[in-house]
Amino acid sequence: MTISHSSIVEKAADATARATPSSVARRVRGLSDRAIAWLFIAPAITLLLAINIFPLLWAVYLSFTNYRANRPNAPVLGVGFGNYQRVLNDPDIWQAMQTTAHFVFWTIVLQTVIGFTLAYLIDRKFRGHAFWTTIILIPMMLSPAVVGNFWRFLYEPQIGLFAYAVSLVTGIPTSDIQMLGNVTLAPWAIIIVDTWMWTPYVMLICLAGLRSIPDYIYEAAEVDRASPWRQFWSITVPMALPFIMLAVLFRGIENFKMFDMVTLLTGGGPGSVTEVASITLKRAAFESWATGRASAFAIILFVAVFGLANIYVKALNKVKQR
Amino acid sequence: MQKTSKALFGLATAFVMSSALPNLAKADELTLCWAAWDPANALVELSKDFTAKTGTQMKFEFVPWTNYADRFLNELNSHGKLCDLIIGDSQWIGGSAENGHYVKLNDFFDKEGIKMDDFVPATVVGYSEWPKNTPNYWALPAMGDVVGWTYRKDWFEKPELQKEFKAKYGRDLAAPKTYDELKQIAEFFQKRQIDGKPVYGASIYTERGSEGITMGVTNVLYDWGFQYENPKKPYDMEGFVNSADAVKGLEFYKSLYDCCTPPGSSNVYMVESADAFKSGQVAMQMNFAFTWPGLYKDEKVGGERIGFFPNPAEKAHFAQLGGQGISVVSYSDKRDAALQYIKWFAQPDVQAKWWELGGFSCLNSVVSAPGFAKSQPYAQAFLDSMAIVKDFWAEPSYASLLQAMQKRVHNYVVAGNGTAKEALDGLVKDWSDVFKDDGKI
Repeated sequence: MTISHSSIVEKAADATARATPSSVARRVRGLSDRAIAWLFIAPAITLLLAINIFPLLWAVYLSFTNYRANRPNAPVLGVGFGNYQRVLNDPDIWQAMQTTAHFVFWTIVLQTVIGFTLAYLIDRKFRGHAFWTTIILIPMMLSPAVVGNFWRFLYEPQIGLFAYAVSLVTGIPTSDIQMLGNVTLAPWAIIIVDTWMWTPYVMLICLAGLRSIPDYIYEAAEVDRASPWRQFWSITVPMALPFIMLAVLFRGIENFKMFDMVTLLTGGGPGSVTEVASITLKRAAFESWATGRASAFAIILFVAVFGLANIYVKALNKVKQR
Repeated sequence: MQKTSKALFGLATAFVMSSALPNLAKADELTLCWAAWDPANALVELSKDFTAKTGTQMKFEFVPWTNYADRFLNELNSHGKLCDLIIGDSQWIGGSAENGHYVKLNDFFDKEGIKMDDFVPATVVGYSEWPKNTPNYWALPAMGDVVGWTYRKDWFEKPELQKEFKAKYGRDLAAPKTYDELKQIAEFFQKRQIDGKPVYGASIYTERGSEGITMGVTNVLYDWGFQYENPKKPYDMEGFVNSADAVKGLEFYKSLYDCCTPPGSSNVYMVESADAFKSGQVAMQMNFAFTWPGLYKDEKVGGERIGFFPNPAEKAHFAQLGGQGISVVSYSDKRDAALQYIKWFAQPDVQAKWWELGGFSCLNSVVSAPGFAKSQPYAQAFLDSMAIVKDFWAEPSYASLLQAMQKRVHNYVVAGNGTAKEALDGLVKDWSDVFKDDGKI
């Protein structure tokens, strides 16, 4: 005796119907698939609206007012585009934006180059590659607070290992190697720490890209007698490029918001050379309590990041479609 | 639909009950908010007497100094009920009074016979009054504090160093009374080998993120003649903040930073300065008086090895005020119990015990008592320092004023950008902008 496929399905449906409480079944029966779908995603959408969208809209509203969070009883007056005008004409904010751009640029360049190189080497699957992969990933798993304090000690001119190592190589006395107190070196001190911490992240993404390249393409290239150099530039790089660009996108957005590391290492100093946009924003919002102006600045930052990220994603899609 | 309404009502009731129940359960408890530091531990010990006397349990919410202002100003601004009592920083008085965070204490003081005349005048102005120099009280002076100096008495007393110093400068190597003397001593010790270790002249405040370098710089600027405003015209700062004398004072601070601080001193505040002293790196250390009891007890640098001196003098003689007053948070549901704590804390015998435990009492009867100056090795330096205090702006916008000063002076002193005149001119501009925003000029 053979049992048809459709009869199995029918039996399963009957069993499910019997197991379903009649009240629920009755209620669900009248709903369309679309309505059920909405029923399931409604909690998530509600949370998203409450946690993300509402604060964003509220910040937009506040950015057009003189509201100060520490003076809740003071009258809230509309100031039009006054806050935006003031933010855009503030030389300190432009300085902070330049500092941020400097950090974003150099951290992305270094993390991409080193991350991709490491991924390429790890992908060779040499003896012990799993062990080295784990070692390389450790910095990424640490908390930024731990990393900040750890490097603050490493940079310490008198007892720090960093100053000692540099002194050993260059012969410069350790007391002269003041990474965090020197105007020229302090930005690089932060770039080094961020690169140390987040290069493994870029490496992981690049590794995923490299592992996604089918072996037969290399085999075909071997048959065509393409040199390893040619294979690298004509197969490896183009095929891993979407992944590299994805890593650049993630790191770019993250580094635009860089806050914890800078606060822990230099507090924005010396002077204001490491004061990135997020620190300026925090000071305006939660120290000066200029909530309206800080909201305007936050919206400007949001639009800048969102706009740049959109342009970038379009470029990324083009690369993927090639 | 009816069922749904009932369910919602039930949920809401449960939520309200769950929020309300802890309050009911904690009706006999008070929460006191302060910074996490040695005096706070002394206050925990002291408050056991309050619990024994009244049966009210004391809970404490202590936050590290680095987050102290952020955490508690957020709490006050959001009208939070976490703190019934708060020991808030002196600069907060203006904002907390004007924004209604603190309970005004005048009526309570009158009713309970607590007189502000019984407290050291500078602490009343600094910790309690807003507007300044008016009899409007928002706090009881709780923890007197001031920037002063500690020095390595044992190094100063080394015969070979005494001899060398006298030959070089023609005077004894002793605690300095002027800034010239202080700098000479700092230069004398800078990069010297003592007990086989390199040592440095002095540790001074340079911290950028919160208020560190401002507290250090003002401590010195006051003595050169820096004033916050024209005494005859409020908020008129031109020629006072950036006077020729103030410029010289700032130049001196930078010269001290350049010549005589340990390597890597670009972000030093209370903890870092105390650490530099405790680890035997520096001959002298600028720091708030609250650190003195702990340093005196330190096995390596305390006891006979440490000495204390007030801020040196120049054209004038001042020191930067620290410390805090204790206030009742107006959003507390336990206002009466909180006021009872203040009443208890203001008693002379409690204040005397407060000093014994390591707190710094502001009560005249304690600090003027016979024998007070010799009650601790640092008591005389504390008294001398408290007699010459001056404080930063306590305006509601003090944080914006502070940020501007942090940036301007750090840019000049640590980063070496521009001149002292440019830094102070910039500061006048920044401060004027803040007061314009506030509608005060």
